[in-house]
Parts: sequence; structure tokens; C-alpha cells
Amino acid sequence: MDWFTFLFAVEVAIGGLLSGVMYALVAIGFVLIYKTSGVLNFAQGAMVLFAALTFVSLTEMGLPFAGALVLTLLAMTLLGITVERAVLRPLANRSPMTLFMATLGLSYILEGLAQLLWGTQVHRLDLGISNDPFEVAGIFISTFDLVAAAIAGAMVAVLTAFFRFTRTGLAFRAVADDQFAALAVGLRLDRIWIAVWTAAGVVALVAGLLWGARLGVQFSLSLVVLKALPVLVLGGFDSVLGAIVAGLLIGATEKLAEVYLGPFVGGGIEGWFAYAVALVVLLVRPSGLFGQKLVERF
Amino acid sequence: MSLVTEFSATPLPPRENRLLAALPLVVILAVAYLAVPLLANEYLIEAILLPFLALSLAGLGLNLLTGYAGQVSLGSAAFMAVGAFAAFNFDLRLGLPLPASMLLAAVAAAAIGLVFGLPSLRLRGFYLAVSTLAAQFFVQWALNKFGWFSNGSASGIIAAPAIGIAGLPLSGPVGRYLFALVTVTAITFLLHRIVNGPQGVNLIAVRDNETAARVIGVPVLRTKLFAFALSSAIIGIAGVIWAFAYLRTVEPAGFNLDRSFQILFIVIIGGLATIRGAFLGAGLIVVFPLVLSRLTGLFFDGVADPGTIELLERIALGTVIILFLIAEPSGLSAILSRLKRRLAAPRAG
Amino acid sequence: MTSALLRAHPAAHPVRDRTEAQALPKGETRAATGAVLALEAVSLGFGGIKALTAVSLDVKAGEIRAVIGPNGAGKSSLINVISGLYQADAGEIRFGAQRFRAVPPQRLAVLGVARTFQNLALFPALTVAENILSGLVFQRRSGVLGHLLSLPAARREQARQNGQVRKVAERLHLTAALDRKVGTLPYGLQKRVELARALVAEPRLLLLDEPMAGMTATEKAEMAGFVRQARDASGLSVILIEHDIGVVMGLSDHIAVLDHGVKIADGTPDQVRRDPEVIRAYLGAEAA
Repeated sequence: MDWFTFLFAVEVAIGGLLSGVMYALVAIGFVLIYKTSGVLNFAQGAMVLFAALTFVSLTEMGLPFAGALVLTLLAMTLLGITVERAVLRPLANRSPMTLFMATLGLSYILEGLAQLLWGTQVHRLDLGISNDPFEVAGIFISTFDLVAAAIAGAMVAVLTAFFRFTRTGLAFRAVADDQFAALAVGLRLDRIWIAVWTAAGVVALVAGLLWGARLGVQFSLSLVVLKALPVLVLGGFDSVLGAIVAGLLIGATEKLAEVYLGPFVGGGIEGWFAYAVALVVLLVRPSGLFGQKLVERF
Repeated sequence: MSLVTEFSATPLPPRENRLLAALPLVVILAVAYLAVPLLANEYLIEAILLPFLALSLAGLGLNLLTGYAGQVSLGSAAFMAVGAFAAFNFDLRLGLPLPASMLLAAVAAAAIGLVFGLPSLRLRGFYLAVSTLAAQFFVQWALNKFGWFSNGSASGIIAAPAIGIAGLPLSGPVGRYLFALVTVTAITFLLHRIVNGPQGVNLIAVRDNETAARVIGVPVLRTKLFAFALSSAIIGIAGVIWAFAYLRTVEPAGFNLDRSFQILFIVIIGGLATIRGAFLGAGLIVVFPLVLSRLTGLFFDGVADPGTIELLERIALGTVIILFLIAEPSGLSAILSRLKRRLAAPRAG
Repeated sequence: MTSALLRAHPAAHPVRDRTEAQALPKGETRAATGAVLALEAVSLGFGGIKALTAVSLDVKAGEIRAVIGPNGAGKSSLINVISGLYQADAGEIRFGAQRFRAVPPQRLAVLGVARTFQNLALFPALTVAENILSGLVFQRRSGVLGHLLSLPAARREQARQNGQVRKVAERLHLTAALDRKVGTLPYGLQKRVELARALVAEPRLLLLDEPMAGMTATEKAEMAGFVRQARDASGLSVILIEHDIGVVMGLSDHIAVLDHGVKIADGTPDQVRRDPEVIRAYLGAEAA
């Protein structure tokens, strides 16, 4: 392999890593909810769509950036409360699979509602971040992707700090550890659920803005859920670190495969390649790279 | 002396009662086989009954896997696609008669189902559910990518060959309806025998407690793979009916993720681990949008555009799913049982 | 302890061809070792925590052997190792002449071993009859096709197995409940259904993990009667984990005592009752 093709491979890998950041961002929203309530929230993608569409429509109505942000956050909080009241509470103590299917229904509702409220057309979203690539040692890197990665990184840092150092964060972790014990010491599950769904809504908003600025805000944003699922499976449903590592891993391998493997099979393999990677890893490690392996008791 | 005294032995129902219990089924079959072909108009057959039959069959197939064997699949539509395209190619390349190419299509779908069922031997729950998405995306990609499957058609959409059995043309609405009906009836009968026989015990044992099943010697691996293969075969045949009898075109686009979810919804709404649930669920799923568009037509004075109706339909469907999960997790089948008991109660008392 | 247990074995000897060993007539395999089950220095750990340390145990034909010990002593782990749900880190498990480091759980029934679980492991959606029948699945020869086509062989097999189910149900007074869904039965009765499922294939070794937990005294006595009756009828061996010392003393021929994963005593009920180690383990420093 000569120098140039090597540089090209590195460039592809870096591009892949950066889109992996996006996958990880969506996956983190999943992990938050899964950790604290054991629900695999299929509607996370629909929440991304809902948040981004709400935000962009508000700015188009003339609201300033900050105003639109606050209102969207408010909407996501409202959503969190509604989900807790209308879905989680009536389904308390039901099987995880039942809850998963309920979130499938929820994703249908959110997708329909978002487009009914704000229309089905594609919205352009400009966050004011340059889209020009810059060059480092012969490798071109997209500025936007790098800034997006930085924002994502900052958000993970904030989330981590929140879990470590705040009382609410402590409550989250207690609930994640043992729901019954948390109830026994007087933690209010309903409030924690609302909080965690709202937090997932915020993560969805950030993901939606970054993805939306890249691809336009439209229905296909909802489909990022399909990108995040193999990331989750690979990283383990309950590990933020796993989501990040798996997101990067899948982002990079996917791009490399598309460039180097794709031509041999006619291209377009990004739709399933991530799943293939996740499956192969799972067959070796059935609980993902970072998932907790529990000792089963009989 | 023991707890057994709490139970009075339930004697078998007398013969006339059993005949009475079979009466609804007889009536349904009589209507389906006699009244519909004679009386139904083209719209009823084309827009309601044909998709209903195809989706019922797909629901039956998924219910075997998810309801009876407890393995959730999000990739059912992929196996419909495999069935449809396989039948098309067997017909095109081997010139086989329809029943033969349909049978071979079922075998092809079963084989693909086995491959994608292999992870179930190690994975459970969500991990398995997510990995069934691999089937969905891979199959759709392969069918789009390789022109051979669609015989090099530029658009990927191909007209399905006209249906006929042993020289008898069945390409009219009634003919296609009867073809679908006979197929669905036969498979339903077979499946009923299977899930109520010894194999049904294995399936439910694996679903209810896999560890216990393994320890007492239920062949867990074989049972799971059997469920995947048979379920995929049935869904594959549903795909043949969908493409050959209902749409009369074969195209990958119709077998997308939304279709997979639709089949899953049929099973949830109809009732897991019941035969009739698939039919009840499919009935609701097929009729529901039609009713909804009529209703919105009434409310909006007929000005609601199709796009809006589609969104409303999505919202309503999502709501129905959640409502069923909350209020009646055993689905329409359980509601029907309750209704029947209520109707029977006054007579008994 | 018998000589079979004390005989030295090379640490890692090849497991004998199972199918060949299985082809041996029952009497011969038993005669070869003298024990239905022998554990030799079995150890098991979960990431640093020792659940079992070099436990050896020897169960003869027709013997009811209780395993007792305080909570967390490793009793359930022992049964889970014997039934292959956990894999021992060291040691060997022998059923008759067949030796295993890791027992394949899916072959347990074929090996003539049946078990019940601490927390019921029934199939709630199936009837009592179907639950019991599931204990015979491993003997079934006819397949789906045989059933679908109603082949005579399949029909005969079905009738024979149904007969076995009825027989065991009668012995355990479950006949009247045969058509009930197991999930709708009271707890005590469910426990009994699980025993019936374990007994229906007439195993040589029965592992009972707290079969009487949560039962009333009457139910316990009834259950003990069923276990003894099953042993007397077919000469099967039983390993019994039970907390109710009264039941254990009355029912078992020998008792092994575990404490922190170590076997501290093994003998007749009388011997064990008087063993100072056992008293110390049960009553703590107070008695020591």
C-alpha cells in the first residue's frame, strides 16, 4: 500500500469515526432510559425527529435560537411527563418486551404528530458551523463533523458529571441498580422516569440538531434509530461507554467497508453492515462489549 | 386430604356441545367458500379480502415464532419478500406449476429463516430482536442489488405471472381469492394440528422457561430452529399470496420495515399464541385505515389530503397498539372469548 | 465413604465415549462404580467468590441423601453443577460409569437424572398434563410429520406417554387437576406438578432443590410421603436440599452438611446431629 492510499484509508476511517459520534449520540439516549427503567426505547429516533422538527419550525417562525431552544426543551419535558403518565405508569411491572412494543407504538405516534404539526417538507438547518474541510498532514477533515464531535463530547462530559455529582444523578444510579431498593428508601420512581425521559429528550434534541444540520430536518431523522440499534447491541444496552466505543467502531468499519468492500458487492451495504458486525461480535460475546454479564440463578 | 379436592373433574363436553362449538367455524368457512365468491363485489375482494388473507397468514407465521416460541422478530417482511421472489424465479426459470413453485418458495424462505434464526441459539430478548433486523435490511438490499432476482428489470418491479392451477385459470378476482383462501385454510389447519400436538408443548416449554426445558430434555435448539424455519416458510407463502394474488406485482419496496412492524402489530392486537388472533388482528389492520379515511372524510368534509390521513393513521395505529398493550395484552382473541362467555352465560344459567 | 470415591483419578482424563457408555445395561454401569452419582473434589467459583471447594459426594442406588447447610452454603450451586447449569472449575461428576467435568444439561434426562427448581420452573401456559408430558419429550421418537400424518407409531407413542402421565398423576393425587392450566394452580400443587414432571420418566437420580419451601406442615408431610414412595417403588436415588431439619431427619438415609462451600460433615442423621462442626456452623460462635 503506498502512502497516498494509506492517507486515503485514514481519511475514510476518520470520516467514519466522526459519523460514529452521531450514532453514539443517539445510542446514549437509549442507554439513559434503558439503565433507569429497563425499557428499550424504540421511539428514541422519533424523539430525535420530534425535537429537531420542533426546534427548526420555531426558528422559522422567527424565534431566536435561544428562545426556540427553551421552548423545545419545554416540549421535550412535556413529552417526558406524558410518556410517564400515559405509557410507563399503566405498564409498570410488565415484561420488557411489552414495554418495547409500546415504544414502537410511541414512535408511530411521535412521527405522525411531529409531521402533522410541522409539515412533511425538508427543513434546512444552519447552526452557523462551517462545512469546509481542512487539511492536517494531507488528510481532509470536515470542520462540521469535528465541531459536532466536540459538542457530543461536551454533552457526555456534562451527563457524566451530572450522574456523578448531583442528587438526581445519584437517584438515577440507585434506580438503575435496584428498582425495589430505590423504592424502599423512598425515591420517587415516577419523577425519576420523567427526568430520565426528559434527559433522553435533550440528548435527542442535540442529536437531531447535529444530524439535521448535516442532512436537513426531515422524516429520515427518525430512522437514525436503526443506526443506533446495532451500536447498542454491540456496546451493551446499559453502558454509556459501550455506546460511545461501539458507535465509533461501527462508524469507522462501516465507512471502510463501504469504500473497500462495497464495490465488490454493488455498494449500498451501510444498511446492514453494522448489523452484521454487531451479530458477529455478539456470537462471541452474547452481552455485547460492555454489557453486564449476570450470573443466572436457578 | 389434599388440595385436589378443590377441583371437580371436568367431564368432556357431550357430543352435541362439541358440534355446537364447531358451528362458528363451519359458518365462517361456508361464508368464505360459498357466499363470498357468489356475492362479493370486486372492491371487497381486491381491497379487503386479499390483503386480509395474506396478512393473516403472515400473522400466523409470526405468531408461531413470537407467540408460541417466544422469539421476537422484527424482520418478517424479509421472509415475505424471499417467498415472493423465490416463487417468481421458480416459475420463471424452472417453469414449475404454481403449487410447486410456492412449495419451493416456502422451502427457500425456511432456509433463509434458519440462517437468521441461528443467532437465537445464543441470543435472547432484545439482542435477538435487534439481530432479526439484519434479515430485514440484508434481504431487502440483496433483492435490490442483484438484478438476477428480478430478472434484470430496471425498476425492480415485475408483473407476477397470472395464477392458474392445472390449466384452470385463476387470474380473476374470485379465482385469486379462492387460491388464497384454500392456501390459508390448509396452512391454518396444519398449524393448528402442530401447536396443539406434542411439538406445541415443546414450543411453549421453550418460551415459558428455557432452562427448565433444556434440563428435562426438551430439544431447545431444535425447537427454536423448527420455529424459525416453519414460521419463515409460512410467512414466505404469505409473501407469495401478497405478490401473486393481491398486488400482482413482485417488488422489494412493499416488504419493508413498516410491513414487518405491521405483522408484529397484527399479532399483538390479535393475541399472542392463538390461531384466530392472527385473523382478528389482520382484519383490524386492514379495515382500520379504510374506516379511518371514511371518518376523516366525514369530519373534514372530504378535504383531508391523503398525506394528512396517512399521518393520522400512523398516530391512531400507535395509540391502538399502546392501548391494547395496556388494557388487553391478550388481544382481540381474549375479547372474543369474553364475549362468547357472556353470550353463553344466560343460556347456561 | 466408598472406595470408588477415594480411588485416585488423573486430573484430566478424556471423557469416555458417551454413547458407548450409555449402551451399557443399567446394572452393569452401576456395578462398575457402585454409586449412581459421585462427585469428586468439585470446585466452583464466581469471580473470586468460592461457591464450592473440593466437594466430594457419593450417592448409592435407592438412597435419599439430604444436603443441608446455612444460607449461602452452596447447596443450590451443588445441584446446579450436578445438572450442568453451572460448570465446575475443577473436579469430576460421575453418573454411573460416565464422567464429566461439565455435565451437558440437555443430556441430563437421557442420563437418567431429573430435577426440580428452588423457584418453580413450570410452564404456566400449559396444562398439568402437558407439563408432566414435557418430562417425557426426550424419549419421543416420532416427529412432527408422524403426528401430522397420524402415523400408527406416533399414535401408539402418544397413547403410551399419556398413560405414563396418568399413572404418575394418580400416584401424586393430581388426576383431577390434569386439564387445568398450571399457572392457575395454588403454589403447593404447582410444586407437586414439578415433582410429577421429574418423576414421569422414572429417573435413576432425582435432584430436589427445596421441594417443600413455602409449604404448610401438612403439605410438607404429603410431599415427603410422595418422595419416599417414589424411592420405594423404583429404587431411585434422591438428593434433597431442604431447610426444614425435621423433614430432613425423617426422610433421609444420609445427610451431607455444607458450610461456605465446604463439606463439613457427611453421615447418618444421628451422626450429623451430634457432629460438633455442624453445631458450630448452624449456631455460630455461641455454641463453639
